[in-house]
Parts: sequence; C-alpha cells; structure tokens
Amino acid sequence: MIAVPTVSLPAVHLAEKSATVGNPAINISIFLGFVLVTLVVVIRASKSTATAADYYAGGRSFSGTQNGLAIAGDYLSAASFLGIVGAIALQGYDGFLYSIGFFVAWLVALLLIAEPLRNTGKFTMADVLSFRLRQRPVRVAASISTMAVTFFYLLAQMAGAGALVSLLLGISSKTGQSLVIVIVGVIMIVYVLVGGMKGTTWVQIIKACLLVTGVAVMTVWILGMFGFNFSAILGAAVETNHNPKLLDPGLKYGMNETSKLDFISLGMALVLGAAGLPHVLMRFYTVPTAKEARKSVVWAISLIGLFYLFTLVLGFGAAALIGADRIKGAPGGVNSAAPLLAYELGGSVLMGLIAAVAFATILAVVAGLAITASASFAHDIYTSVIKKGNSDPRQELRVAKTTVVVIGLISIAGGIGAQGQNVAFLVALAFAVAASANLPTILYSLYWKRFTTRGAVWSMYGGLILSVVLIVFSPVMSGAETSMIPGADFAVYPLANPGIVSIPASFLLGFLGSVTERRREDPLKQSEMEVRSLTGVGAEKAVSH
Amino acid sequence: MASTSSVDPDGSPATFGIDFPAAQRSEEFQRLRSTHRSFVFPLAVAFLVWYLLYVVLAIYAPAFMSTRVLGNVNLGLVLGLLQFVTTFGITAAYVRFANRRLDPQATALREELEASEIHRSETHEEVRP
Repeated sequence: MIAVPTVSLPAVHLAEKSATVGNPAINISIFLGFVLVTLVVVIRASKSTATAADYYAGGRSFSGTQNGLAIAGDYLSAASFLGIVGAIALQGYDGFLYSIGFFVAWLVALLLIAEPLRNTGKFTMADVLSFRLRQRPVRVAASISTMAVTFFYLLAQMAGAGALVSLLLGISSKTGQSLVIVIVGVIMIVYVLVGGMKGTTWVQIIKACLLVTGVAVMTVWILGMFGFNFSAILGAAVETNHNPKLLDPGLKYGMNETSKLDFISLGMALVLGAAGLPHVLMRFYTVPTAKEARKSVVWAISLIGLFYLFTLVLGFGAAALIGADRIKGAPGGVNSAAPLLAYELGGSVLMGLIAAVAFATILAVVAGLAITASASFAHDIYTSVIKKGNSDPRQELRVAKTTVVVIGLISIAGGIGAQGQNVAFLVALAFAVAASANLPTILYSLYWKRFTTRGAVWSMYGGLILSVVLIVFSPVMSGAETSMIPGADFAVYPLANPGIVSIPASFLLGFLGSVTERRREDPLKQSEMEVRSLTGVGAEKAVSH
Repeated sequence: MASTSSVDPDGSPATFGIDFPAAQRSEEFQRLRSTHRSFVFPLAVAFLVWYLLYVVLAIYAPAFMSTRVLGNVNLGLVLGLLQFVTTFGITAAYVRFANRRLDPQATALREELEASEIHRSETHEEVRP
C-alpha cells in the first residue's frame, strides 16, 4: 500500500511486460484500416476548407446529431474507455463513482452554456469572454488557459499512446513506442492540416460510432451470458475475486480522510470542468444555430450516458470473467481489462477491433485538441493581440496551420519524454484548470451584469496558477512512492486534486476583481451580449458552399 | 478600436443598427430572460446539490450505501443509476421547456429585431454587401 494515497483519473499506464494477448497483426491491420478510411474522409472534407469559418468551425454546417456524435468522440478518450472499465474491474463501485462525474457534468453545458455560447461567439472560448470586456487582456488570458488545458490533455493522450501500443500491438521497446508516438503525431497533423475542423469532426464521428457500437455489442454479449440478470454479474464478480467489498463504496477512496477529501475535490473538478474544456466549447460553433447546439448536447448526453452504463457492465463483467489477478498480471495492468474481456468473448478478432477502436480514440482526441489550441493561438493571440485585429484572414489561417505543426511536434516530443512517467494526473489537472480558470469566467460573463475585465483576468490567471501550483506542491510531485520525484518531499498540499481550493477561489477572485474595479464596462456591449445570447439575433451564420 | 477586425463583434453586419439597450429593456425580452433564468438556475443548482450529496454519501457513508436492495444490487448502485435517470430526465425536461416556452419567445423577438434592423438600414440608405 502506498503511504499517501493519490486519487487520480484512470489512465493508460506503461506496461512492464512484453507479452500480449491476441494477435498483433490483426490489431495493426484493423487499425490501419481505420486510418485509411478516415484519411479518405478527411481528404474529401478538405475540398471545402477555404475560409476561417470552414477551418475552425467546419463551415458551421454540421447537424446537431452529427455534432453530438463528434462531442462524444472528443470526450470519450482512451483513458475513459480502458481506464474506467479497468477501474470498475479492480475497484468495483469506486470505479463507477468516477464515471458519474464525467457524465453529470454535461448538464452544465446543456443548461447554462451551449446555446448562449453559440449565439455570442465565433470560433473560440475567448470570443465569448471578451465580448463585452476589454479585448486584449481577456483574450490573452483565455488563450493561455485554453492552451494550458489542451497541452495537459494532449500530453496525457500522447504518453498514453506509447503505453497502449505495448499492450495492443506487442511493441515493447522504447524505440518502437517512440516511433508509434511519432506516427500518431504525424497522422494527427495531417488530419488537422488537410481536413480542418470538418475533417476532424468526421474522424470523431466515425470513432464515436465504432466505440459505442463495440462497447454495446460487448455489453449485450455479457448480459446474455448471465441471462440478462445484472445482479448475477455482480454475484459472479464477487465470487471470482473472493471480495464482497467490490460492490461497496470505499475500496479505493475510503482509505483515510485525505483520500476521501481528495475524491470530493476530483468530483468537483469533473462536474464543473467538462463544460469548461475548450475543445468541447469549440464544438458548439460547428452547428448553424443555438437550437442545433442544444440538440448536440442532448445527443452527447445520450451517447455518453449509455457509454458509461455499458462500461459498468463491462467492468463488472471483466471482474467476473477474468478476475483482478489476471488483469493486474497482464501487460498494461488495469488498462488491459477491456481488451482481455474482448478476447475472452470474441477471440483475436473482437480484441483486434476493440484495440483498434482504443487506438483510433487517441487519434481523434488529439486531433480535436490540436485544432482548438491552434485556433486559440491564431485567432486570439496572433490576430487580436499581435496584429491588433488587423490581420488578413488568409494570414490568420496560415498562422493556425503553422501552429498545428508546432503543437504536433511539441506533443510528439512531450509524449516521448513522458514515457515511463505516471502522467495520469494530467487529465485530472486539465479538468481542474477548466473548472477553475474557464468555467467561472464563462458563467459570470454570460449571467452577471457587473462582471468586469479585472474580474475575468483575476479569475482566469488565479484559477490556472492556483491549480498548477497546488499540483506542484502535492503528493503527485513529491513526498510519496508514486510521486514524479519520489526522493524529495515538498508536498505541503495534501491532496492530489486542486479543485476543492482552486474552484471556489476563482469564483471568489472573479467576484472580488469585479466589485473592486472602478472602471465600468461598456453598457451597450452588455445589452448586446445579453440580447444576442438569448435571442440569437446576429449570430454567426452557416457558410454556404 | 478597429471595427474592421474579424474578431470584433462590432464588425458583425447582422447586428448593425439594432438598438440593443432598448431591446434589453423591452417587456418581451425581460419576460424571456426571466422565463429562462427561473427555469435553468434552480435546475442547475438542484442537480449539482444532488450530485454532491450522492458523492458525499458514497465517500462518508459507505455502510449506508452498502445496504442490499435487490439481489446483489446495493443502495449505492441504485443511487448511482438514479444519477443517470435524473440526468436523462433533466435533459428531456429542459428540451421540452426550451421548445415550448423559450424558442417561440426568442424567435418572435429575433424576427422583430431583424425587421427593425432592415428598416433602419433602408432609411439610412446604406448599402451592405
């Protein structure tokens, strides 16, 4: 047992052993098939990526249904698929507890954010935040926070790609894994450069369909094996593992008071963070109207909800059919639960399919992240700050595309560098930053008349800096066996999740900054923003080709 | 301020010429605003409190949550599944509400504002691409 329990998100850990179950040749060929099909789709989509609205927002021509699928594709990462199935298989109830936060969070987007955001913004989160505040300081802050969130998320995905490969394709050497990270990075750059938002969206739609279908088939299969009796699966899971505690809360987070508080902190970041993730927010601009934005969230909620219900069955199914000992002993450990279960059910072919879907998942997620970060840099920093709003759209597009290449290279380097490190905390950190740096400012600027530039800047920088500083001084970095620097101990903050401090603090900073600022914001802008956000008058229209 | 900027919402031709403060003060808009807020705010608070309550119960009252309800299914699992039920339920309720109550009001207002905008630009004899 580790001395200081750290609550982190389930994620892909590096495999220690090289043996794989299943047939790597099948896994690789199914995966290559996916890459080939999506590349064709992306190239076809590239025929209409001439303008900024095409490149950043797919011409705003996606339907709510399509966008909902793409949101699900963006949101359901490899960590949530492999990680949550594994977490439920090993920690039972506490694994399930994770998934609920990821899911319930979507109500924030549905009720408070999606429609007004679509009505008032254009391409990025900063469009909405700077609508009635001073452009430059707010755009810079929003862009920095956007890039921080996407960078943490991207790094976690890229590092995970290397680990997944050892598990699924049987490549265990460090050079081999680095090569795969390079390939993932290059494919991602090609997707985004060639297809823009339209191509990226199609990759996510295809991936979401494959993932949800694959998981649904496995769920029905398992339920069928147990006579469609969920209670029987639970009983078998307890029996296989000789652990009646599997069904009760507390196996992972109930260890002590610190770990309990840590989960509350994580739960807050999850439920408030999803609606502040810049790559999710940007998806709302790809539909023509606010009503379609609403429809996309409804689709996303339906698919994501079903997905997490399926993983509940898969997790306990894996516990029942495979057992914790075999899962822990397999290469990839906790993450091997889903692939092992697929192998148990349908042999090499089903495992190959599931493995390829997991891998496709990484590609789709990193592509979505890269386009978001590049849009934010080109649109918010380059055009608004460096060029003071006077850049030619073609030039801006060129900057965006260059940024994608730079981001691709950085994430390849980061992914290779992070190999062997436990980077599971990065996804949790991304959610914590989104919940503290982004969400309070979004809510204030949409719903609080007296919100000011100073409030926005304090809240965004405060939330970002606080989250990162607390992580640096947490057991994630030092003071525990599982820390990044196990030898040192400067962990003055006892929890691995900053949310419980950073989220209330940034709400408070936003409030204090606004009430102390004497300079008033333009009341005309406030009127315009409020009227536009609710009525949709003057909202950006779809591009017709 | 560069009004030609592609990022400045000022530059959006669609909203040019609309008297937003007057629109904001209008009775119709105030009604839409309060219809919207009085529905989404309480609902958002309610689901956040319900989620927090569930998490706190799971973390601090494991014995209670371990109570068997049906076969091997315990109270924790039932409440967890209820989180799914309420989330789906709130989604359905909001969509119904938005379609019936928000959309008609918002559409009427938008059309009225867009009509006033066309009228204004005609009287100013402005040529817009």
